[in-house]
Formats: sequence, structure tokens, C-alpha cells
Amino acid sequence: MSMLLEVTGLHASYGDFRVLHGLDFTVEKGGISTLLGANGAGKTTTLRALCGMIKRTGTIRFEGNDISSKATEEIVRLGVAHVPEGRGTFTGLTTEENLQCGAMTRRSRAEIARDLEQAYHWFPRLRERRNQQAGTLSGGEQQMLAIARALMLRPRLMLLDEPSFGLAPLIVQEMFSILRKVNQEEQVSMLIVEQNAGVVLELADNAFVLETGGIVMSGTAAEVRDNETIRAAYLGY
Amino acid sequence: MELLAQQLITGIATGGIYACMALAVVMIYQAIHHLNFAQGEMAMFSTFIAWQMLAWGVPYWLVIPLTVALSFVGGVAIERLVIRPLGDAPVLSHIVVFIGLFAIINSLAGFIWDFTIKPFPSAFGEGSRFGGLISNHQLGMIAVTMTVLLMLFLFFRYTRVGLAMRAAAENPASARLVGIRVGWMIALGWGMAAAIGAIAGILIAPIVFLEPNMMLSILLYGFAGAVLGGLTSPIGAVFGGFMVGIIENLAGTYIPEIGGELKLPIALFLIVTVLVFKPTGLFGRTVVQRV
Repeated sequence: MSMLLEVTGLHASYGDFRVLHGLDFTVEKGGISTLLGANGAGKTTTLRALCGMIKRTGTIRFEGNDISSKATEEIVRLGVAHVPEGRGTFTGLTTEENLQCGAMTRRSRAEIARDLEQAYHWFPRLRERRNQQAGTLSGGEQQMLAIARALMLRPRLMLLDEPSFGLAPLIVQEMFSILRKVNQEEQVSMLIVEQNAGVVLELADNAFVLETGGIVMSGTAAEVRDNETIRAAYLGY
Repeated sequence: MELLAQQLITGIATGGIYACMALAVVMIYQAIHHLNFAQGEMAMFSTFIAWQMLAWGVPYWLVIPLTVALSFVGGVAIERLVIRPLGDAPVLSHIVVFIGLFAIINSLAGFIWDFTIKPFPSAFGEGSRFGGLISNHQLGMIAVTMTVLLMLFLFFRYTRVGLAMRAAAENPASARLVGIRVGWMIALGWGMAAAIGAIAGILIAPIVFLEPNMMLSILLYGFAGAVLGGLTSPIGAVFGGFMVGIIENLAGTYIPEIGGELKLPIALFLIVTVLVFKPTGLFGRTVVQRV
């Protein structure tokens, strides 16, 4: 299967402090990959490095083109939507304005209006809250908003940073089932960073286990799930 | 009664100018979280450009759009050349740069056009209306500032660029993640602030006369308006500007101890009072945040 995202030898650092030591991983076209690992393993840093939010070296091929020296805005414009840690809500704007921001790089007003309807179809709660200041939404609703906003880009690839963080188990289930539908119906590929390995391994095709800035195991989600040693040592379930 | 009406109208007319300056200050404050002390000098320089064009015989109706356009370009240039390289430098670096800009623009205007006080013609002519209640110029000031403020409101509320600018000011990291070119949005904010300042300068120049220090007190009133309304709220800044104009005029007329001489300290008094009792200003936003 051909690769949408191919990362080789990814290094990144905060100032002099090196956090990533040469990561190799991939996301298949139409597939879902997950990066697993404990706190401080470098998961969030990896996503930030992909999007050019921090300094990085190595090769990042997106649809065959190297994007490792591009600025964040330019990478987004290629169709990479990042749902960041902490959700990145525009708290002072309304829910609908947040969604409009997601489509900022697109031209056709008719298509944007259609996708807005589609977003409300995926997340009916957001329609009820459309004119509400987004900062007043609950944590779960803000996570829905973050995902819906990312979809407004019509992305080829979605990067999701701990989408289950701080949410009730029931809402986590609902959200992951929506992500699965989005992946199947709209062919959006995904790279999901999670601590909640159990849930995401059900969804993902491939998994990469990260420890202190290096990948210690990779394989299909089933392989990682069935590997008792890895589960006990790194995933803690 | 007629005196009161007259003073109210004068207050609204000059208040509109303060509102424009307050809005210019707040727009830049929202984007870079620093107060632009050189905002007034930028407006003064724009006014001199307008005066120069008028002196060359360019018709008034052409002078205004030309000046506004040049000021916009100047504002963008200042952001690109001076402010952007500063990046995340500490507050004091920014203050020093703003003071430097202040001094440079002020001296440059003096160097080119000298420091003598020059009369500046009104676009609306002499004379007055409604039995002398309101001068043509005051009426023009109110009409123009109201139009400018309304257009800005519509721009920020209903256009995509306006939304992008608001998003970039509120959360630059998230704005980049939806593909907004944050750097250019900030530059655009500087250009628009400079253009608003130019309009304010042209409108107030026939009243305070043209000279390199003309905007000093105007900007102080603008700051007072911005602080009164809340530095985080453009609508509040506009409201604050009008309030300061009205308070200034009424206090100057009805409190004999203040008179015409002690008007300026009212601005400082307002700034201190608001900062002591309600630091976020009347409309200052306390963003509600659930986590």
C-alpha cells in the first residue's frame, strides 16, 4: 500500500534539549497509525515537529514531497489538519466562527457551507451551541469542536493529539466511532497520539511505540496489541 | 440648556477622534500585547503628508484616500521592518523601540516641515448649522468617525479576513494550525491602525492645528478611552473614547476649577481611576474557560 506520510530520521529539540532521536514511521493512504507511549515519551513533540511548530531535521514526505522545511501555515495548506494538545479552541469566538476558521484556506463558499452542515451532522451538539462563545463549551464539546474544525479543512491527513484526554469513557467511545466513520467515509488518513492504548488500537491499522524519543516497536495494531511484553512494559494495560 | 447640548456635541465630535485612536491602540495591543506609544506620531506624520498634498494643490477628495493608502503602507512597513524582528523580545525592548519610533517620527516631521504651527483646512468648510449649535466641521467629524467605526465593525464581524485577524490575535498557535498567515495578519492590523490614525489626524488637525506635537494629548485621551473601555475590547475602546470626549468637555465647562487649562489631567485621572478600581476596563473581557 502506498504511503501518505513517510517520516525518516526525525530529530527535534527544544533549545539545546534534544527530545526526538531519529524516528521512522509512516501513515498509509486512507489508513490510521497511532503513536503510543507514556508521558514524556515525545508523542506531542512528534506531532509538533511534523507541523513545523518546533525546529526539526530529518525527512518528512507528505504525498511524496518533503515538507520538513516548510512553515506551519504552508503544511496546513497542503491538507494536514492538526488537532492540538489542549484542543486549541478560539475561546473568544463562537462555535460557528471556530468552524469557519477551520476552512480559512479554502475558497468556495458553497462548499464551506456544505461542510459546515456536514460538521453539524457529525456533531449535533455543536449545532445547538453554534452561537455560543466556544470557551464556555464543556471539555468534550471542545474536543468535538477541535475535530470538526480540523475536518473543515477537508484534510488528507489528520494529526490528533490525545483526543481522549480528560473525557468520560462514554464520550471517548462516541468520539472514536465518529473518527472511524470519518476515516471510512471521507478517506481521511489519521495519525493519532494516545496514552489510552486500548481504545486506539481497536481503531488503528499500524502502531508505533515510543519511549524517550525513540521508537521501540512498530507493527500492525494487532501485533502490538497481542505482544504481552510490550503491553506490560509500555502501554500499562 | 443650549450650552449643555453644545458641549455634548463637541464632546461627541472630539470623542470620535479619541475613539479612533483608542481603537488603533487596541488593535495593535490585541495583536502583539504591547501599547504603541508612537501611534499618535504616526497619525501626525500622515496628517503632514495630507497637508503637503493640499499645499501642492491636490484636491481634498483625492488627498484623503491617498493619505489613508500611504499610511496603511507605512504601518505595514513599520511592522515588517521594526516590530517583527523584535519577535518575543521582553516588554522593555518594545517600550524602547516605541519611544524610539516616537522620537524619530516626531523629529523627522519637524525636520521636513519645521515646528511652526500651521493652519489645516477642514474638508467640510466653515460655518455652522442648526442656529450655531454645531459647526460643519463637527458634523463632518461625527459622520466620518461613525462611518469608519461602523465599517470596521462590519469588517471584523462579517468578513473572512476580519475573522482571520481576530483568530490570529486571540490564539496565534491555533491560527497557524488552520492555515492563517499570522505574521501578515499582524502587519495588516498595523496598516489598518495607521490608516485609522491618519483619518483621526486629518479630522482633528483643523481644531488643534498642525505641528509635530499635535497628537500628544490626543493619544493620551485615546489611551484613557482604551483603558476605560478595556484594552481587550475594541467595542469598549470606542465607547471609552466617546466617554472621554464627553467627560472632558463637560468637566471643562461645568467645573470651574478645571476650566480649559486642566482638561488634560482628566485623562490621566481617568486612567488611574480605572486601573485602580476596574483594571480590565468597563468592557474588558474575562474569558470564561472550562477545562
